[in-house]
Amino acid sequence: MTSLNVPLNNSIELSAPPSLRFENVEFNPFGHRLFGPCSFTLDGPGPTLVMGPNGAGKSLMLRLAHGLLTPTEGAVTWSGTSAPRQAMVFQTPVLLRRSALANLRHALAVNNVPRRLRTELALEALARFGLSSCADTPARVLSGGEKQRLALARAWSLSPAVLFLDEPTSALDPAAIKAVEAAVQEFHKQGTRVVMTTHDLHQARRLAGDVLFLSEGKVQEHTSADIFFRAPVSRHAQAYLNGELVA
Amino acid sequence: MEDNAFYVALSLLVNLDASLYQIVVLSLQVSLLAVLIAATLGFPLGAAVALWQFPGRGGVIVALNALMGLPPVVAGLGVYLLLSRAGPLGELGLLFTPGAMVIAQVILVLPILAALSRQKVEELLGEYREQFVSLGMSRARMMPTLLWDARFALLTVLLAGFGRASAEVGAVMMVGGNIDGVTRVMTTAIVLETSKGALPLALGLGIVLLTLVMAINATAYILSEMAKRRMG
Repeated sequence: MTSLNVPLNNSIELSAPPSLRFENVEFNPFGHRLFGPCSFTLDGPGPTLVMGPNGAGKSLMLRLAHGLLTPTEGAVTWSGTSAPRQAMVFQTPVLLRRSALANLRHALAVNNVPRRLRTELALEALARFGLSSCADTPARVLSGGEKQRLALARAWSLSPAVLFLDEPTSALDPAAIKAVEAAVQEFHKQGTRVVMTTHDLHQARRLAGDVLFLSEGKVQEHTSADIFFRAPVSRHAQAYLNGELVA
Repeated sequence: MEDNAFYVALSLLVNLDASLYQIVVLSLQVSLLAVLIAATLGFPLGAAVALWQFPGRGGVIVALNALMGLPPVVAGLGVYLLLSRAGPLGELGLLFTPGAMVIAQVILVLPILAALSRQKVEELLGEYREQFVSLGMSRARMMPTLLWDARFALLTVLLAGFGRASAEVGAVMMVGGNIDGVTRVMTTAIVLETSKGALPLALGLGIVLLTLVMAINATAYILSEMAKRRMG
């Protein structure tokens, strides 16, 4: 496993990450309310860890924020005039049936990066995530950890201002988890707004700047990690942290 | 001995009979060209139906699926009417030429390629959709990516189309006319020899045809297995 703690020398500007606002957002396809209504703003330094029991609406919240789903009511807005450049890393990485390098080149191509720059940028991203030796390996025969790192490398190559991660480490071994967490912190240090869901309390403690706690499709609590893990305000979060079953 | 079909098939091949050679080459040319044209049209068509939602989409899918079973003689009749002297495309003078046979086979193969590729692309899209939207890809941009990533499945679809084209006799007979040296292909030759009572020759031709189809399928299988092993 290659260390990801390499010194940074790229050109992403270290400016405040764009802030995200949910205004009375509700998602109720076919009349079934699955999420909301809720309002909150993500404007702290982050990373924001989204926590909550199964079915609480964590993945829905990420998808609404990223624009994969459109809210039935309310609006998702970003600071600035237009939505910032975003990327998402899924629980099961979705990789094309081609080599690792070709996967990154494809992502760069659809983002209109000129052809002559693609290979160089792709190789750079692979190197950063310790995947140089796998450049020509078909993406789908990589190990679980390598696949997730490739998904992170793909996100990295697009230099997003916002990165969403949906339980990226839930199927990985400790070494692979460590690599993913290091990568997440790299993104954060670069000034990317990181929003990540997890079920792993230890992981949340390691990474979180603030915690958004969801339950029953609603935001029950949004506090700094410090407060959340020491003295959670909401009853739901208290029960969750105590390991009780929460609806 | 001369009555044995295998002997006839073997001697046809060994002697490299000139008229047989011509028939085989024409058969392959017509069927391969038809499959090539049908794939160029059918794969994007299948992918488009998989990708876009539009009114009447269900009807298009049902029609494509149903047309997979289009009787060759009906397709042949349609093309015959189009290309006959009095028909709308009669001016082109294509009737009873290999061109007419290609057109008829394209009509037979196109629904197979479009319907099956629609299904394959839709399956793949289910897996890729969120990632594609996340990458900000338009539907038009998704199409080439999906077709390329479904390439192994599409090769099998292509072979199914080729099977239909090479085995087909009714349509090419009607629009080609089975003219010796011009539009005679393996299947029409078999029909002719059978009706003449030259059964060993007909069977021999049949064996040659089967061997050719097998060889093409085997080549495609080996190529795709090799590629699959490489790509995982």
